[in-house]
Amino acid sequence: MPERLAEEKVSDGKKDRIVAIISSVVNKVGHDDKVSLAAIMTELRDLLIVIEETRQDLGMVRPTAITGEHIPGATDELDAIIESTSEATGTIMDCCDVIQEKAGGVGGENGDAITAEVMKIFEACSFQDITGQRVSKVVKTFRDIEEKIDKLVNVLGVKTSDILPEDSRGADEALMNGPQLSGQGISQDDIDKLLAELDGVSE
Amino acid sequence: MAVDMNMNVLIVDDYTTMLRIIKNLLKQLGFNNIDEATDGTMALEKVRIKNYGLVISDWNMEPMSGFEFLKKIRASEEKYKTVPFIMITAESKTENVIAAKKAGVNNYIVKPFNAETLKGKITSVLGDF
Repeated sequence: MPERLAEEKVSDGKKDRIVAIISSVVNKVGHDDKVSLAAIMTELRDLLIVIEETRQDLGMVRPTAITGEHIPGATDELDAIIESTSEATGTIMDCCDVIQEKAGGVGGENGDAITAEVMKIFEACSFQDITGQRVSKVVKTFRDIEEKIDKLVNVLGVKTSDILPEDSRGADEALMNGPQLSGQGISQDDIDKLLAELDGVSE
Repeated sequence: MAVDMNMNVLIVDDYTTMLRIIKNLLKQLGFNNIDEATDGTMALEKVRIKNYGLVISDWNMEPMSGFEFLKKIRASEEKYKTVPFIMITAESKTENVIAAKKAGVNNYIVKPFNAETLKGKITSVLGDF
């Protein structure tokens, strides 16, 4: 059975147990005048167990990993997209400025044609502003989700499991985590040095 | 009356890329005096100390949005109360356009736009040039 279906089945089972216990307590109190406190206590103890199991289940999902690692990781990647497209757009526009200046020197029909085409490039560069705004919206949504998960974890008193889930990817696949964010990878110079060092070792 | 191409134009956008694009397009259209601001607060300071013949502003900026900037300008008792104001924004919902119009915007351009659209909107606000 797929993992998700199994989880849904467990979750449904817990919901059923909670509903059954509460119904039982309500029935006993409502219809049986001689209901003993001990009987109700037993039912409530069962309820406590189910709630505790649910909290443990939530802990196993490691919600703090979602808020502490996954979401910040995703937002950092998105911020990096904005930064790199902004840099690239700046470079494109710098080139346009130079071409435009040279077009002035060309003059005449050709000069005008070059200028007109350069203006189209400028217009197209507005993609950076639009995509930047869209990505910023996604980042904000992620941060809202992060905040809500944090609140939920605090309200339920969920203790995150210390057991780190194993990387289920194969060895080759696990090496694919790029492109690295600024400061996370090493420079071309460092790579060259490293390769040279490795060559020295193998020789 | 012909448009004075030496009039002061203020462009407001928090993205330097956009400021650069708009500035370049305006220069191509023949405008010579273009100032920049990166949000409504900075823009408001600028209109208080200098006469502008046209303001072109983005909407979505912090700390003061272009919409807030527009409302402050129109609500003021100062001479810049009636300065022609064009909103250039990615906000393309009907309610945005209506709100901007109610606040006193003279025209509204949705991003992305091209030089032809910009020229057309400026013409509709200032007249032929």
